[in-house]
Amino acid sequence: MPTLEIRDLHVTVDEADGGTKEILRGVDLTIGSGEVHAVMGPNGSGKSTLAYSIAGHPKYTVTGGSITLDGEDVLAMSVDERARAGLFLAMQYPVEVPGVTVSNFLRTAKTAIDGEAPKLRTWVKDVKQAMDDLKMDPTFAERNVNEHFSGGEKKRHEILQMELLKPKFAVLDETDSGLDVDALKIVSEGVNRSLASTGPGVLLITHYTRILRYIKPQFVHVFVDGRVAEQGGPELADSLEETGYDRFLTRA
Amino acid sequence: MTAVDETTTDPAAGSPVNTARAHSHGAGVVPDASRAERVTSFDVADFAVPTGREEEWKFSPLRELAPLFEAAPAGSAAVEVSGPDAVVHRTGTLQEVGAGTAFTPGDRAAVTGWAATAQAHLVSVPAEAELDAPVLVAVRGTAGTTTSGHLVVEAGHHARALVVISHTGSGAHRGGVEVRVGDGADLTVVTLQEWDADAVHVGQHDVLVGRDARVRHIAVSLGGKAVRLSTNVRYAGPGGDAQALGVYFSDAGQHLEHRLFVDHEATNCKSYVEYKGALQGDGAHAVWIGDVLIRAAAEGTETYELNRNLVLTDGARADSVPNLEIETGEIVGAGHASATGRFDDEQLFYLQARGITPDEARRLVVRGFFASIVERIGVPEISERLMTTIETELAATDLAGTSSTEEN
Ligand SMILES: Nc1ncnc2c1ncn2[C@@H]1O[C@H](COP(=O)(O)OP(=O)(O)OP(=O)(O)O)[C@@H](O)[C@H]1O
Ligand SMILES: [Mg+2]
Repeated sequence: MPTLEIRDLHVTVDEADGGTKEILRGVDLTIGSGEVHAVMGPNGSGKSTLAYSIAGHPKYTVTGGSITLDGEDVLAMSVDERARAGLFLAMQYPVEVPGVTVSNFLRTAKTAIDGEAPKLRTWVKDVKQAMDDLKMDPTFAERNVNEHFSGGEKKRHEILQMELLKPKFAVLDETDSGLDVDALKIVSEGVNRSLASTGPGVLLITHYTRILRYIKPQFVHVFVDGRVAEQGGPELADSLEETGYDRFLTRA
Repeated sequence: MTAVDETTTDPAAGSPVNTARAHSHGAGVVPDASRAERVTSFDVADFAVPTGREEEWKFSPLRELAPLFEAAPAGSAAVEVSGPDAVVHRTGTLQEVGAGTAFTPGDRAAVTGWAATAQAHLVSVPAEAELDAPVLVAVRGTAGTTTSGHLVVEAGHHARALVVISHTGSGAHRGGVEVRVGDGADLTVVTLQEWDADAVHVGQHDVLVGRDARVRHIAVSLGGKAVRLSTNVRYAGPGGDAQALGVYFSDAGQHLEHRLFVDHEATNCKSYVEYKGALQGDGAHAVWIGDVLIRAAAEGTETYELNRNLVLTDGARADSVPNLEIETGEIVGAGHASATGRFDDEQLFYLQARGITPDEARRLVVRGFFASIVERIGVPEISERLMTTIETELAATDLAGTSSTEEN
């Protein structure tokens, strides 16, 4: 079974004043395919840093530890190689790419990931179906990537990519933030469709438990101050809902 | 209502890394003298040979352009004109084609070019004619020769036409283009600078916009050693709408200069200027000057101008100078923006995080950068050809290391 394994990961960022700051301080996580792991933690605890570090964002420097995908050294791969190896990051703040249409972007990405251009006819149908499922207007295909998209539209567009690119492991960074209840359901259904069809491992980063009503995690990790402070099953999320992160913070 | 909006930064290109090493002038510096006072004349004696100290020549490579300042007689560039039957094409002396009613030389090269033009061309679209195909004017220079030319493009009232002027070949060329847009007409003039790498070209395009007419002037400069194009827009009556758009790609040792002047005197006219350029390689130089003058009488004016430069490598330099002079408060709006930046690393990261290779990601971003203008040319084959040229230029230089997204 494909496994994404993060061992004792230490990550720093360069600060404006020229210094460096350690943000991840020994993260351990193992995710099997088909599993949903929720990572919950307060603002600034390093959740996005973990997500970006898995994807290979150049701003983050890995100073220790390892990330492996089926034993392959992910840290040795470039950003695009990681994606082609089956990693996917749905970003907390998706980036606008002026002048590049969604349809061109999706086709280019699909071609890159599969190593060959998708068959035109089935591809057009698949895109249409996936957009339809996510209640995205067909006109989005001809709009520029994320340009003038609302927060919710950007998140749908991320999940659209997840459904079409069919990664082995997906990191969803606060995909629930900025979504109203209806949009939250639509987006969650998209993730569940992916789980049912291709069964990726999912690292679901969130602040609140509400998305966990629609996407059921088998594992919950509490993330505090750059590392996993506690882990458990779905019941851990419920207790967090009641007590918040305070008991972890005061202990830290 | 008056809205004066001076924007000098651009969120997409404003981060510190994006402005690093790229040179750009700041907000619109209004020069001491009004733009209106700049000399225009048909007399060569009114323009001295530039020394480089003049405001309007200080960015230009005078050594390269020197042959174009000579007042000696010059040959004519080879010109071929083709288009739908309705279009009238005539050649003759400047006088014979009726040149000079909407064009007055504004600098030394323009006036020597005018004086040396033995054979001029007129392309005339009859009133109310709506052309279903573009008029193509192909100008071809020859290595080792200095040539001059003058083209009058005339669109009768309520005519609709697209005129594409292409420049290829080599040598040194001075080209005057005089665009007269009749009342209510809708004219697009595209000028393509696809010169060989050693060509030099100075051009002046004067555009006179008729009452309620709509004109689009699109300049595309990709080839040549040094190209300097001045585009001047004036309005013959109220209600005119002019767009001056441009793209350029300057590579190592190449100087591409675009100077715009929109002179608003009639009431209720609109102007929109947008130039986008990419620069890469040692000594790549782009200059963009955008002067807009709203005279006291030009009430109801609406104007916006924009210049964006994408600096792809070290050693390239973009000078971008917007100037806005406003003599009346009774306008609808006036603004400008100028931004010079590098590749947006976040964009490249986003694309690469979807499996797209760094080269392909840059190609997509550059294509996207230029698309909004190139797609407005109106001839899909030309747009596609230009995009291919741009991609070839992009691929010509090894960009490794120019973006931090490259690492790992
Ligand atoms: N480039 C940077 N320079 C300095 N500090 C940084 C940089 N990037 C991130 N940080 C800091 O690292 C910490 C972790 O940030 P991160 O975005 O990973 O948190 P998060 O858990 O995702 O928070 P949120 O819930 O708000 O999304 C924060 O304190 C943040 O300010
Ligand atoms: Mg975050």
